[in-house]
Amino acid sequence: MGKRIGMEVAVAVAEAIGLCKIDMAAVYPITPQSHIAEHLSDLVADGIIDAEFVTVESEHSAMSAVIGASGAGARSCTATSSQGLMLMHELLPIASAMRLPIVMPVANRAVSGPLNILNDHSDIMPQRDAGWIVFFAENGQESIDLSIQAFKIAEHKDVMLPVSVNIDGFQLTHMVEPFEMPTQEEVDQFLPPFVPHATLHPAKPVTMGAFAMADYFPEIMKAKNEALKDSKKVILEVWDEWSKLFGRSYKPVETYKADDAEILMLTMGSMGETAQMAIDELRAKGIKTGLIKLRLWRPFPFAEIKAAVKNAKKLIVTDRSVSFGGPGGPVFAEVKSALYAEATRPAIYGYIYGLGGRDVTVHDFVGMFEKVLADKGNSSVDTSEFWGVRE
Amino acid sequence: MTLKSWKELPIGCVVSEPGSASEYHTGSWRAQRPIWNNDKCIKCGICYVFCPEGCVQQSEDGFFKANMDYCKGCGICSHECWPRAITMVEEG
Repeated sequence: MGKRIGMEVAVAVAEAIGLCKIDMAAVYPITPQSHIAEHLSDLVADGIIDAEFVTVESEHSAMSAVIGASGAGARSCTATSSQGLMLMHELLPIASAMRLPIVMPVANRAVSGPLNILNDHSDIMPQRDAGWIVFFAENGQESIDLSIQAFKIAEHKDVMLPVSVNIDGFQLTHMVEPFEMPTQEEVDQFLPPFVPHATLHPAKPVTMGAFAMADYFPEIMKAKNEALKDSKKVILEVWDEWSKLFGRSYKPVETYKADDAEILMLTMGSMGETAQMAIDELRAKGIKTGLIKLRLWRPFPFAEIKAAVKNAKKLIVTDRSVSFGGPGGPVFAEVKSALYAEATRPAIYGYIYGLGGRDVTVHDFVGMFEKVLADKGNSSVDTSEFWGVRE
Repeated sequence: MTLKSWKELPIGCVVSEPGSASEYHTGSWRAQRPIWNNDKCIKCGICYVFCPEGCVQQSEDGFFKANMDYCKGCGICSHECWPRAITMVEEG
């Protein structure tokens, strides 16, 4: 059993990646991810892990370098945030199309402009369609657990896809939290050596990332989509194994007091714990509220979402980014779409909140519940509302 | 050539056979073909040097010709040939 320690979450994530015995990391520093880059660099420089730390000149180069290294058969990782992730964008679908099991923690931060360094989800949402597995962590323990699990899931022979672990910038990355760090022996027992599906090696030349025209392109896209959807089976298996080994269970959709709830809220990332306090407060007044926490964003857990909301009358979907000129929030749009064909479904409300690091308190969540409870209408609205924005 | 279904594709579309690109005959893209006039050709080889496909070859007699399996008809050989020995002619 690992020791219970207190550590800054970003540093702990780097420690956890170190326990996974990576062969290579290429990480360009960017707030609020930088402590992951710094600590990984320390681990390599101090000889604690036997890996190459490639000092690249940009995030575009970082992603390019890990694609090359992963193609050569190295267990490879990078990490980034905000503008860095936007700069990587061009390469993200290439990593997934080449089926390279790269692991990338993302310290979620608002995308410019205006320039802002604080937390929201506007960096990861534009990467939604890149073909990566996408996890959201709620606290420090989940951040390290998901980072270790990510290698096993990504490298599974039936998956071979890159994984991003989303960790709210500052709210999580810079917090010193108590958690249990697995031991090296436990990680070694959990995580087998990386066996690549192919490698770039002179002894057996192969081509990765070859050209494909209209005669093959649609088949390749379908194969990639099916691979990402199928990865859920392995994700569930690995989470089951993790639960048995470490006693901490992971599900695509976590619920809190949701079973008998008449009104539900859905959150992603670190805000879940604050929302839970709002639910306790409202439950104390006799209002049957509950929470759904979406941990697995891709592949999207349709069945689990449907099951979690089937008895609720109202559902509040919260977003921490904006799909401008569209449905408001991307999570709102996807959840509504997932429930469209259900014979009975809750009325769905969307709130966009906590943008650019705006503080969100228990009171804000209570306010969202109260506003929706007071609404007499029973139909979903077209677009999310901005919560707490000055008129 | 039978096209594979999406289920038959290798993982990551890795091409495991070295040099297999040569099985793909890019000559099928061609709209114009180069015709050499050996009366004007001085055997300088600039067409050989500039061909981006690498499909121009020198014959035993020293003159040049293109492998039409791969010549895309880009016309660079004709453009670069300063004695104007290569003319691009419409296919078909």
